[in-house]
Amino acid sequence: MKSIKDLKYSQNLLKELVKTDFKLRYQGSILGILWSVLKPLALFLVMYTVFVKFLKFTDGTPTFPIVLLLGIALWTFFAEATNVGMRSIVDRGDILRKINFPKIIIVLSTTTGALIGLAINLIVVVVFAIFTGVKFTWWILLAPLGIIQLYALAIGLAFILSTLYVRYRDIGHIWEVILQALFYATPIIYPITMVSSNYPVIAKLIMLSPATQPIQDIRHNLISPSTVPTTWEMIDTWYIAIIPVVITVVLLVIGVAYFNKHSKNFAEDL
Amino acid sequence: MKSRKNKPSNVALKVEHISKSFRLPTEQASGIKQAFINRMRGIKGYTEQHVLKDISFEVEKGDFFGIVGRNGSGKSTLLKLISQIYTPDSGKITVNGSLVPFIELGVGFNPELTGRENVYLNGAMLGFSKEEIDEMYDEIVEFAELHDFMDQKLKNYSSGMQVRLAFSVAIKAQGDILVLDEVLAVGDEAFQRKCFAYFAELKRNNKTVILVTHSMDSIQQFCTRAMLIEGGSIKHIGKTSDIALRYQELFMNQEEKQVFKDQQASNDAISCRVEFSELKDKLNFNVYIKAKSDIEDTVITFGINQDSGEQVYRWISDDMLKKKISFKKDDEYKLNVSLQNIFPVGVFSVGVRLKNGDRTRNYAIFDNIRQFEISKRNNHGWDLLWKPVEKIGIERQ
Repeated sequence: MKSIKDLKYSQNLLKELVKTDFKLRYQGSILGILWSVLKPLALFLVMYTVFVKFLKFTDGTPTFPIVLLLGIALWTFFAEATNVGMRSIVDRGDILRKINFPKIIIVLSTTTGALIGLAINLIVVVVFAIFTGVKFTWWILLAPLGIIQLYALAIGLAFILSTLYVRYRDIGHIWEVILQALFYATPIIYPITMVSSNYPVIAKLIMLSPATQPIQDIRHNLISPSTVPTTWEMIDTWYIAIIPVVITVVLLVIGVAYFNKHSKNFAEDL
Repeated sequence: MKSRKNKPSNVALKVEHISKSFRLPTEQASGIKQAFINRMRGIKGYTEQHVLKDISFEVEKGDFFGIVGRNGSGKSTLLKLISQIYTPDSGKITVNGSLVPFIELGVGFNPELTGRENVYLNGAMLGFSKEEIDEMYDEIVEFAELHDFMDQKLKNYSSGMQVRLAFSVAIKAQGDILVLDEVLAVGDEAFQRKCFAYFAELKRNNKTVILVTHSMDSIQQFCTRAMLIEGGSIKHIGKTSDIALRYQELFMNQEEKQVFKDQQASNDAISCRVEFSELKDKLNFNVYIKAKSDIEDTVITFGINQDSGEQVYRWISDDMLKKKISFKKDDEYKLNVSLQNIFPVGVFSVGVRLKNGDRTRNYAIFDNIRQFEISKRNNHGWDLLWKPVEKIGIERQ
């Protein structure tokens, strides 16, 4: 009985915190929530101009700009979720020091905020896709799976990072660098086919990254099943192909355990 | 949905052999590099400060239980342990029923949100669903007397308005045990009257309440039992009149002692002693701070607190000197603070703190390192906003 009550409390608190974060994020800006769309769009324009137009990083298919836009939206979500998740415990220190509640709610609330941003961006991507004549297929039904997996990866990392960040603020800088490296190690601004034609082994390694696999899956299922290769298509052996999924699950399990182990000391460590 | 099972006991809260110590890092240790260096050198990189030592007591259902003690005696830490914000190093705390902690009013209050939004957020923190708050929203607003302000951002509220709003939400909280920390220390007289009315109601309804306060009046007026903590241990538990007496004795003893002896405090990193003298209309403090190891980039805070815990004077070295102070091992600094005596009659305590430049680490927290008493009325009117004319110097010995 007590646990049901606790669960209700947590749910309710989570809802209020998400609402608060959402309201606060665009507080005082004229364009408000539009910014969560404008930012990835602006980034898209820059990358499209530099990489696709000038440097010819494209697979030549007409859907590539939309695939690029979707990739940027997904990456923005992943980067934001891990970044705000990492800082969430420290940022909410004022509450932690005054009341006892499941700390996990804090990480969940900030990453859920990033998820809402992604949802808004996906609407924009779909609208663009319709206007540029993308033909949707039944594959679209599988798109949510990839999003769930990407969220699981982001939150698993956020649990680990936020716990470390309480003790070691260096993590903030380290993660910034890792994210940058991961960004280039993920086929977002370049099509994976550009790598696989010259360096097939490296291309396969890239496809085994836990960030690449869900992002490619989502692009494949949502926009272009024929032009976006997935891990499942590029790697024949099934037990190797599931490596990204395994890494994600392991990170999530370790993340939750590590977070729970240390969360009772957050109030005094902060 | 009360989780009150068929327990024969009448105990609401049972605290058994609780101890708690904090680690105060001696060197900047919030970095991976420093953590690594410390490990390589085989040093701990922190000093242990024992805040609570082997505390045991019970609170029965319907008790209005008071906890008193001087600043830094461990009261707040005890409250945070009871509220499960901190975990004890050893010992056990058993809570029989649901517990509502008010370590501070308005937990989660955000200045950028409107009054209305803050009520919902704070309510969620205290365990209310949206529907429950919808239902009592009008009552809360009415009690806070803030009808016209609910759609304004909290940052445009006066501090009194904020407290009123927070208090109005807080008193709605329904728990088996209420934990209150110095709620009385804030607000004007009208607000304090409301507080007292609320306490009286709690008492009438036989609620279990744990109250931490410096006010012996409220202890004697409301509490059925009380406990005195000193230096992290229980000095006495019993009748409120006894506790009030012993609490006052605590300060008197200190007064007599300090005529002959300078008070000092030390931990693994720092030792500190404070001399005090009163000359005509000047209060003169000599603070000697000695480092036991090299510490760079420190900020010294010198503060004077009223008996009630309210800070009446503060001097911070980096604000005033515009430079950081570094200690070599066995360096001694003398900080001389000379203040115009505009203090009212009463007992005051001096606190000295050493932190690093960005305030992330404490080297020493010697709150209440010595007390002094102002026994003669002076000709100056007392006003908290009035800053005493000061002359301050710091020099290496």
